[in-house]
Parts: sequence; structure tokens; C-alpha cells
Amino acid sequence: MVVDHNEKLLISVSPHIQNRESTVSMIYIVILFLLPACIFGFISFGFSAVAIVLLSILFAVLTEIVCQLIMRRPVTIYDGSAILTGLLLGMTMPPTVPLYIPILSSIFAVAIVKQAFGGLGQNWANPAVAGRVFATLSWPEKMQIWLPPFSSDGLTAATPLSAVQSSLLNGGNYGNEGAIQLLDTLPGDVLRSQVDYLRMFFGFKGGCIGEVSVFLLVLAAAFLLYRKIITIDIPLSFLGSAAIMAWIFEGTRFGGALFTGDPLFHLLSGGMILGAFFMATDVVTTPLTTKGRVIFGVGCGAITMLIRIWGNCAEGVGLAILFMNMLTPAIDRYVRNYPVGWHKKKEKLDEN
Amino acid sequence: MFLAKTFGMRGICPDDKKNPINKKNIESADIPNVAYIPVCQHYGTPAKIIVKPGDVVEEGQLIAVADGEISANVHASIPGVVQGIKEVYIGNGKKSDVIVIELGGTFSKSGRIIQLNDWLSMSKEDLLEKIIQSGIVGHGGDAFPEGKKLEYALKNGTSTLIVNGAESEPYLTSDHRLLVEKTEGVLIGTQIVNKILEAKNVYIAVENNKRDAIRRLKILSANRYSYKTVGLKVKYPQGNEHQLVKAVTGKIIPGNEKVQDHGITVINVATLIAIKNAVINDKPMIERVVTVSGAGIAHPKNLIVRIGTPIRDVIEECGGFTGKIAKVVIGGPMRGYAQKDLETPVTKDVSGILCITHEESSHFKKNGICINCGKCVSACAEGLMPSLLVKYISYKHYKLAYENGLDNCKECGACAWVCPAKIPLVQQIQFGKNFYRNQRKVSAENSGN
Repeated sequence: MVVDHNEKLLISVSPHIQNRESTVSMIYIVILFLLPACIFGFISFGFSAVAIVLLSILFAVLTEIVCQLIMRRPVTIYDGSAILTGLLLGMTMPPTVPLYIPILSSIFAVAIVKQAFGGLGQNWANPAVAGRVFATLSWPEKMQIWLPPFSSDGLTAATPLSAVQSSLLNGGNYGNEGAIQLLDTLPGDVLRSQVDYLRMFFGFKGGCIGEVSVFLLVLAAAFLLYRKIITIDIPLSFLGSAAIMAWIFEGTRFGGALFTGDPLFHLLSGGMILGAFFMATDVVTTPLTTKGRVIFGVGCGAITMLIRIWGNCAEGVGLAILFMNMLTPAIDRYVRNYPVGWHKKKEKLDEN
Repeated sequence: MFLAKTFGMRGICPDDKKNPINKKNIESADIPNVAYIPVCQHYGTPAKIIVKPGDVVEEGQLIAVADGEISANVHASIPGVVQGIKEVYIGNGKKSDVIVIELGGTFSKSGRIIQLNDWLSMSKEDLLEKIIQSGIVGHGGDAFPEGKKLEYALKNGTSTLIVNGAESEPYLTSDHRLLVEKTEGVLIGTQIVNKILEAKNVYIAVENNKRDAIRRLKILSANRYSYKTVGLKVKYPQGNEHQLVKAVTGKIIPGNEKVQDHGITVINVATLIAIKNAVINDKPMIERVVTVSGAGIAHPKNLIVRIGTPIRDVIEECGGFTGKIAKVVIGGPMRGYAQKDLETPVTKDVSGILCITHEESSHFKKNGICINCGKCVSACAEGLMPSLLVKYISYKHYKLAYENGLDNCKECGACAWVCPAKIPLVQQIQFGKNFYRNQRKVSAENSGN
């Protein structure tokens, strides 16, 4: 039992043990848990969805490599952040967009939003959200063609959100192409009363590739919360404020009174769940403190509903997150944690 | 359990890794052949050596006297002959003079003591003097001379006495085993300290992963003492004085103020045992319980080790290393010191010797990129923003860092433990603290001239 004399010992500052979670492992776990919802989208919308997601991932990764080579920085493709950006971006695309849209959005997201500002950890907005907003604003027509779930006849259909929106905009008599016609001949409030929440929850609805299966997204989010990879503060305040806004104001769209809205419809429709759990929780672009994050989440929810109720677009999650991303530095500046018992310390400093 | 007391939302919950040695009894380690006894094992000025090479010393004989306001006596932990005086690095990385004693002669302090001191008839001052003379320092890790701490607390008045049995650091189980095996001793120690301090409320704070200890404390203290046993939620850094006070009493004390100034005294469990031994058995601080653990050690156990035993002897006694190890750490894994070799002697503040393998150990990155995740912010028990402080320090805004509470940092390591980018936050903060202190010292000297 002689202790080895020649053993070289490491010397470092405490702590000598560390949490196993690292930035890289966190990113890969998020990717892993986004996959079920993504695959559900593939099954629901067919081959075009697969092509969109794979292309956006491919071009996100390629753009990252090219950017880092041009800037003569180490290529850090292994960290998975470009893959995550591409995956999220692909998941927020409608299943029928022409393939150049996800490609260009990916390039924009990684090159302009992320690498131009210094790469991982330095981006001012969530690249996937910025890419999605870029696509919506650049090709508004093409980004609003939806497919009905599990159909192979090539007909387009409305998402629950866009059906309500377009029927409201056109007094209920908007003659769109294909299957929308039937739905949209009904006034918005009647349309809404026919909503089947269970079908919406399990993803039997039209929408973007990754956002349809609320069930799988919630399951994945629950696991991420358990592993402490995301925190509950942003999703809770996001969804909470959106639900309250919907409950108070949404009824007025249909000529009803205040406090008659339907929050559940808004939580289950569109990208609300995907946005709240996977995009608004992006740690890089959210405030540091819990207080700041709650403000961030409330802002996201309120702006989303502002756009959904009074705006022109049917969907507002992306714009809301982008807007709050830009406010994050300001929130971090003014909402701070103060050391325990700070006021006493301040007096002491003043005395000196 | 669900509503167990703790210090708030912050802090971290690492895997405590206290199994299986929290079920094994404390054993006595072998007496070392040669003991290396440092004269500066405490916070404050080194003690003055009063022996010279060739002197024959008894067990427990005073070999260095406290020098200066904050200092502690040092006693010979083994009987024998003084071989010489050397300068070596001790556990916390500082240099200290070391008295080398070779074993020989008779043991006068060990063994069962028949004649016990009647401490109940002793006065407050006598008790305090006895504690100061026996060279006891805080066993928890800060190694503040315990007599001086009690003297200060007595002068300022103490309303609350908290016995710290939280032991929130992973791996360490010495306090736990003491609470289970020497419950009576802890309670008598508490009684002695409370006779000096006359605190109204006495709490014994134990984390809930030591259920057997809590049960024994409740049974024993219910009959004879009016001490309240408080079960705390398992969370790091609950063993810190400030966090413990918050958890037990709910009082918030700023991180840069002493808890004694607020009428609260916190004493470690092991320190109480040492106080009891000193007062009743006339035994100065010549040994302490050390946890030897970590994945790299063959037979982890708790040992009563003589002060001055080289850690190599202790590791050998526990079966040596099992394979390749990364670090040998003195103290707890969160706040301890990594050692460069195995010649370091055990000192009064060594609560554990951990042999940590590469898988367990931390892998800091030199240029880890902060991704602003805010995990360190929600981990910091003192309410600081470590990522921000480190950014201030790396851009040399030391004053700004100080104004944001750099001084409140207890270097507990929770922020660095949780950091996903593996940034050595504690190192940066220590650097900033030292730099700012030196800067202020220089500017004070300049303004003085």
C-alpha cells in the first residue's frame, strides 16, 4: 500500500468538483428533445417539411464554418449551436415554403445575427427568431400558405389562428383558394367556437412544422425544466401574461365585452408553446436576473397578444421575442440583484 | 421535509456523495513517526516558537505561544524530540515554520481520563482562559482562534448561539459522525460555551441528510437541555455563517459584516468537542477528525488524526490510491485547497483529505465564453452577480466590482460549480479582491505621505 510518488497532481482554485452540464451538452440536449416534435411535423406534413428542416440546418452549419474561416477564428461547429439555430428555424417554417426561403433565412440568422456580433454568447437576438422574422417580412405571401395535417392531396388549408384572422379581416366572406373557403365563410367567433382543443393539443392542425404538436413540446419542456437546462420564470410569465391578455381583450375582436376571451385557444395555437419554452428561454438573449426574466416574459406575452388581437398578422410570437431580445441589455442595466443587506452597506460607503 | 428551513431560493444542490462513510464509525489513525507541526495553522499572526532542536517535549506540551492580538497556541501532538525547524508550504498554500518532532517518550494526554475537571464550578473567565490556552481554532475551515472569537462575542453580547452541524460541503462526513457518536460531547460543549456567552436562544442546525443525528440530538436534548434542533434543507452553501443565520433565524446580515456584531455566534460541532476536551479533560488541540474520501481512495473513512501527520501517511492508512488521481484536496471540495505534493501536514483546519479523480474534478476552460445564462446569478447566496463582477475585473474596473459587492463574496464556489461555460469565476474574483486591496493600500500610503 505505497502511495505512488511520481504521481503528478493538478493544482487549481476551488471548487474542485463541478456540475456536469456544459454549454455544449445543454445545446445537444435541447436539440434531442426538440426532435420528437419535429418528427411529428415530418409525419404530418410529408417530405417537403423534411427538406426544409434539413436544408436550414445544413446551411446554418455551412454559414458558421464559412464565417469563422473568413474571420480566422477557430471553427466551433462541434458546439451544436448552429445546428440548434437551423433546427429551430426549420421548425418555424410553414411546410410549403419554397426551399430558398429557409436557406436564405439560415444564412441571415447565422451570418448577420450571430457571427457578425461575435458568435456564440454575443448575439443580440435569438438567431432562429431573427431568421424567422426575416422570412416573414421578406416573403409575407409565401410564409402564409399552410397544409392540413396528415393529408397528401396537396390542398392548402388555414391554421386555426389564420382562419380566425382572415375571416375577421374580410368580414367572413373571404374567398381563398381550396379548403380555406369552407372554413372562412363563417364569422370569426363562430369559427372559434368550433375549435377542438384536444385535436389542437395533440397537433392535428395546420401550422409550422415544429409548432403543431403542443403535447410533445410540453413533454420535452418538462424534461428540460427537470434537468434545469431552462428555467420556469420566462415560460410561465410569457404564457401567463398572454393568457391574461387574451382573456381580457380577445372578446372585443368579435364585438363582445371585456373578459370574454378564450386564453386556451391562444396558448394552443401558433408558435406560443414552441416560442415560450424553446425560443424565449435562449439564455444568451435573456436577462440575467429572475426579476429581469419575468419582465422579459411578461413583455413577450403582452406583445404577442397585442399583435394577435390588434395587428395585421395572425402570429406575433416571433416579433415579440425579437423585440424583447433587443430590450434585454436595457433590462439588465436597470434590473439588478443587489447583495444581501445592500442598503446598510451603501450607508457605510457614504460615510467613508 | 418539503418546507424545511433554508436560506432562500438561491444556492446549489450538488450530489452530496456522503455515502457510505456517513454510516461508518470514526477510527483512530496511527500515530505518526515524525510530526510536522506548523506554527501558523490559524487565521492571524504565526505563534512564536519556544522550543529548540534537541528539546524533549511531552505530548500536549506548549511549543509555540500565541503572538499578537489574533493568534493561537500550538502544542506538541506527539511526545518526542524536536529535530529541527523547517519552512514548508502548508495546506492553504502559505509558507509556515514547522516544528519537526520525532516520536519517543510517554503519552500523557491520551487514554481514558479518570479525573475530570469540574467545569460547572469554574467561572466564565476561567473557562475562556482555558479555551484560549488550549489553542483551539474553528474547525469549519476559517481557522479563526476560537478563544478570541468567544472573547469578542462575550464583549459584544450574544443573544443567539447556533451550533453549526450543517456540513453542506459534499464528501465531508466528520461533523455528521461526531453528531451521531459524540452527541453527549456536543451538548456538553454547547453547555460550556453557553455558560460563557449566556445566549437566550440556542439552536443546533443540522441538514436533513443527517436524520440519525437529528434523531439522537432530539432524544438527548429533550430531557436535559432547552436547545432547539433545527432540520435544514440540504443545500450548499448552508454551512456559511451568514447563510446559516438566515436559515435558522431568518435574520439577514450583509456579507461584509460579522455575524457577531449582530449578537449571533456560530460554532462548529467539531470545535465544541475540542472545547469539551480542553475544558474537562485538559487536552489541548492535538488531534482532529478528518474525512478521507473521494473516488480515488481505496477505503474512505473518518479518522482521528494527530496534528502534523503528513497527508501521505493518512492516505496510506486508507489503502492508498485506487488508480490515477487528478487532485489531492485539503478541506472540502468546494472551498478546499489542491495540494502539490503529499508531504503537507494535517493542520487544525483540515476537515477532509479528498483524492479526486479526473472524472470528478472540475475542468475549467481558460477562455470559456460567458453566454450570459445567469446561472451563477441565481446560485449566489450573497445575491451578487458573479458574471458581471468577473467582467468588471477582466476589464480592470476594480472599483466598479467593489461597488457591486465584491467584498461580500465568500468564495463559496457555487457560481463556478454551476457555470456551464466552465469559467473559473472564483479565481477571477480572488484576483480582483487582492488587486483591489493592494491598490487601496498603495493609494492610502501615497495619501499618507
